[in-house]
Amino acid sequence: MSANLSATFYLISGILFILALRGLSSPETSRQGNYFGIVGMAIAIIVTFLSVGNFGSGFIYVLIFLVIGGSIGAFIAFKIPMTAMPELVAGFHSLVGLAAVFVAISAFLNPEAFNLGSMGNIKLASLIEMSLGAAIGAITFSGSIIAFLKLRGVMSGAPITFKGQHFINLFIGLTIIFLIYYLCRTQSSNFFWTIVVISFVVGVLLIIPIGGADMPVVISMLNSYSGWAAAGIGFTLENTALIITGALVGSSGAILSYIMCKGMNRSFFNVILGGWGATDQTSSAKSKEQKPTKSGNADDAAFLMKNASSVIIVPGYGMAVAQAQHALREMVDALKKNGVKVSYAIHPVAGRMPGHMNVLLAEANVPYDEVFELEEINNDFANCDVAYVIGANDVTNPVAKSDPQSPIYGMPVLDVEKSKSVLFVKRSLSPGYAGIDNDLFYRDNTLMLFADAKKMTEEIVKSL
Amino acid sequence: MEIDPFIFRFSIFILSIFVGYYVVWSVTPSLHTPLMSVTNAISSVIIVGAIIAALASNSDKIFETSSIFGFFAIILAAVNIFGGFLVTQRMLQMYKKKKK
Repeated sequence: MSANLSATFYLISGILFILALRGLSSPETSRQGNYFGIVGMAIAIIVTFLSVGNFGSGFIYVLIFLVIGGSIGAFIAFKIPMTAMPELVAGFHSLVGLAAVFVAISAFLNPEAFNLGSMGNIKLASLIEMSLGAAIGAITFSGSIIAFLKLRGVMSGAPITFKGQHFINLFIGLTIIFLIYYLCRTQSSNFFWTIVVISFVVGVLLIIPIGGADMPVVISMLNSYSGWAAAGIGFTLENTALIITGALVGSSGAILSYIMCKGMNRSFFNVILGGWGATDQTSSAKSKEQKPTKSGNADDAAFLMKNASSVIIVPGYGMAVAQAQHALREMVDALKKNGVKVSYAIHPVAGRMPGHMNVLLAEANVPYDEVFELEEINNDFANCDVAYVIGANDVTNPVAKSDPQSPIYGMPVLDVEKSKSVLFVKRSLSPGYAGIDNDLFYRDNTLMLFADAKKMTEEIVKSL
Repeated sequence: MEIDPFIFRFSIFILSIFVGYYVVWSVTPSLHTPLMSVTNAISSVIIVGAIIAALASNSDKIFETSSIFGFFAIILAAVNIFGGFLVTQRMLQMYKKKKK
């Protein structure tokens, strides 16, 4: 196949990838969008086979490896529970990163195959592109592994910080740039290998200081990195499909990071440069004095909700941990039978990744047109009888609106306190990830339900 | 003077960033998780490079250092392609409208 023809086909698969993302603008078109993506990928793979034109025994091996990888992927995709989606996505990012590193290494070792010159005499631009691709790929790989371990709970979600951390990161970052410069001057493979190894270290150092609650930003950021790595390799291979895809994925991850940061009213650098909870212990200790709370049981909650005309549910990470989404749906069904109007309110950073709560609710067969984003529903709290907060905390804290001293001041929050009564399902009065007390616990219209989210919801279903 | 082909590729890159910017802003927030898994799947188009690397050995040997890296990259990318698209499909199947 001629180079021009294959380039045209790569362009077509790039366009199909754009359509795949475009489809996600609404759930109705999203499934079709996914098919566009699959077709685009198939075209890219077939065209590559035809343009290499080598159908010897190597081709058979490629197919075998493709099938091995594909079966592993398909197996994971069917087996994975929806609650494990954040760590799955982190794990997948690490694979893209490592694949980028391997392709870059392979191009460095055998540049003739890619038309990049010869070993020890690689074109300058290609050398820069492949070392950048390898470096970003390596950072994506090791960073995603750390994110995966934190999300999986193998590693503690607490931020790991030490003195001079940022200085070290800066120093290593500069070292990589120097190494790339010397690699270009000398073409020595030692520099190349050092860049790869150091980049793996950077990935680890970059993610360990970031706390569990900031994971939505981290995942989005790594998503973005995997895109830039692909684009870097795309320039090396002079492949349009890779360049287009890399740019799409890179900007998509960047936008998601931005949305997540805005949801927490924090700058991107503030999140990246480390732990939140770690700095605010003093402020939480101050407010530790005993204030009265009202607590109730499942029967009280059932009574309140049965007699309400409208209920808004506010789910958070605690719902995912307790796997309470199915019980929650049952509760809502029972309420609807009683003629109660129920809707769901989702804060942008609820959960451990963008859109985490929406997926869990969809899994429990909650129709997506009952689920609303913060801006859509926030005014409705004033007219609602009961707000049922399950597993969320900081995102409902009214302090964010009233106390300029608070670390979460200015963060957009759900106006839960405006509803006539608030039911707060929580195991204890402990503060959330921001390390601050929630004012809502002590309000007159708040009834605390101290229990596991799933158990409490199931009990409420029973007494309904 | 002739324009370096790099500039053309760079133009494609920059324009794609803009396309990505507008397309992603129009994605509904409730589909942000599928967005991440599908972007993950499509970024595995890096398999194109892996296939070239695997089939590129100049000697008769199929497995030499550079092609072995290619073969490994094929496995990794294939896990991601199948895993990514299928898990996205599985999630999207769950998004249903209210029964009227």
